[in-house]
Amino acid sequence: MKARDKTWPWKLLLVAILLGVAAGTWGAIKKIDYKWRWYRVPEYFFYLADDVQKIPFDGKVGSIVKDGATARVTLISETSEERVIKVESESLKVSEGEDLFEGDIVGFEKNLRLGPLMVGLWTTLWLSAISSVFALFLGLFTGIARVSKNITLRGLAMIYVECIRGTPLLVQIFIAYFFLGTVFNLSRNVCGIGALALFAGAYVAEIVRAGVQSIPKGQMEASRSLGMTAFQTMRDIILPQAFKKILPPLSGQFISLIKDSSLVSVIAITDLTKSGREIITSTFATFEVWLVVAAMYLLVTSVLSQLVYYMERRLAVSD
Amino acid sequence: MIKAENVVKIFAGRSGVVRAVDGVSTEVARGEVVVVIGPSGSGKSTFLRCINGLETFTEGHIIIDGVDLADKKTNINKVRAEVGMVFQQFNLFPHKTVLENLTLAQCRVRKRSKKVAEEKAQALLKKVGIPEKATEYPSRLSGGQQQRVAIARALAMDPKVMLFDEPTSALDPEMVGEVLDVMKQLAREGMTMIVVTHEMGFAREVADRVIFMDEGKVVEVGTPEHFFTNPKEERAKLFLKQVL
Repeated sequence: MKARDKTWPWKLLLVAILLGVAAGTWGAIKKIDYKWRWYRVPEYFFYLADDVQKIPFDGKVGSIVKDGATARVTLISETSEERVIKVESESLKVSEGEDLFEGDIVGFEKNLRLGPLMVGLWTTLWLSAISSVFALFLGLFTGIARVSKNITLRGLAMIYVECIRGTPLLVQIFIAYFFLGTVFNLSRNVCGIGALALFAGAYVAEIVRAGVQSIPKGQMEASRSLGMTAFQTMRDIILPQAFKKILPPLSGQFISLIKDSSLVSVIAITDLTKSGREIITSTFATFEVWLVVAAMYLLVTSVLSQLVYYMERRLAVSD
Repeated sequence: MIKAENVVKIFAGRSGVVRAVDGVSTEVARGEVVVVIGPSGSGKSTFLRCINGLETFTEGHIIIDGVDLADKKTNINKVRAEVGMVFQQFNLFPHKTVLENLTLAQCRVRKRSKKVAEEKAQALLKKVGIPEKATEYPSRLSGGQQQRVAIARALAMDPKVMLFDEPTSALDPEMVGEVLDVMKQLAREGMTMIVVTHEMGFAREVADRVIFMDEGKVVEVGTPEHFFTNPKEERAKLFLKQVL
């Protein structure tokens, strides 16, 4: 209890600083006379789309049953085939017994759709997920190659890591798309994923190398002295222990990958960042959209770090 | 059983060339307990590590059950499965339970089923006196218990010979006894053993033969009675004066 009593002034200071920053920002915004349009944002998450419902054949309207806002229209073709279509009652364009031709509009159906922000978020997520998987395997392989006895493997791994870590990701994405993509005729998604995976893989390799080297030599010796092969030792003894140690930096790398994936928007992949930019061109709600986009990245990365935190505690049982 | 012929191990370091093992020849018969003693840096541990290929040697031959380690065609993993090793620092696998420590190599190398391996492991844990620790992780065990698990882990492979590299040097004094007891029991059961140690009492009591090494060379060989009561070489006399 005493400890808590001692810390309260500092907590108060923390709150005061945060309030100060918020107030300062608020004041600065007031000065530039920006018109906030938060109400424009939700429709870019979800929206109700009016989907046109058309008759798929020549025929006539059988019956129309209205059930509140929706109407069930039974259509009968010339070959007596029946088809039921649901539309909004208000949008109904036909009446019972009316003859129709194929493609005539029966009415509209309202459907909830994912807006550009959600679609962009989805793109960011799967792009990062696939890149992460490739980066993990690439990094694992390269990391082990870095500590290998084979000079060729070690050399290749070192050149790869140095080249990737020594150049900016943005430039790598441009090279992947404009150079490699053109030469090998690759789609922009392949180029984007490839560039991200290669980039993250080099960093993962260094993390893996450090992890493997941090395991005491005695572990390798004990395992080999039991007759286990180098591969078995790596798989059963070294990597499981290394993995536990490198989990924090590894998760940091994958969180970075999610954030870095925003750079693929420059090769016209519609990820969360590019979606944000497109929304701004039609709404001019620059402040709101970028703040929302940032919040969405933050949400994803914090979920991930919580997950890793949970895994770390699970793995700590043998300590 | 084990025959070493003129084994030489050269470390080429920054400070020059060190002949860590310098022409060691010896023979160990089945069921024999050989204790290797000598001052630190005398090459005794390095020689021991050569016997199961943890160190490669520069010259000479080590022949285990007819298999020459110097032969490039020798599958070192097969040899190691027959040669148990116990380390100074135990080197248990910290991410695996005691039982898993004992079963892993049985399943991977000896291709035993999990059930057979676990039965073997339980029996060995009973033998070393800690059957109740099977589900614990090594970090929850005392040093003496860890070293006994390490001995059981090596025994689980049914080795033909056991190598001990200063098995009690990292232990608190009160735990040395429990480990030595297990080793004495092994010796009584007829296990072929090569033990590098500073435990002179153990050497005197258990060894069939004592090898005294200094500066990479075998200086004196003899029965414990002969070696401890009446050593011939000056260096052996000096060493004994210091440790006894």
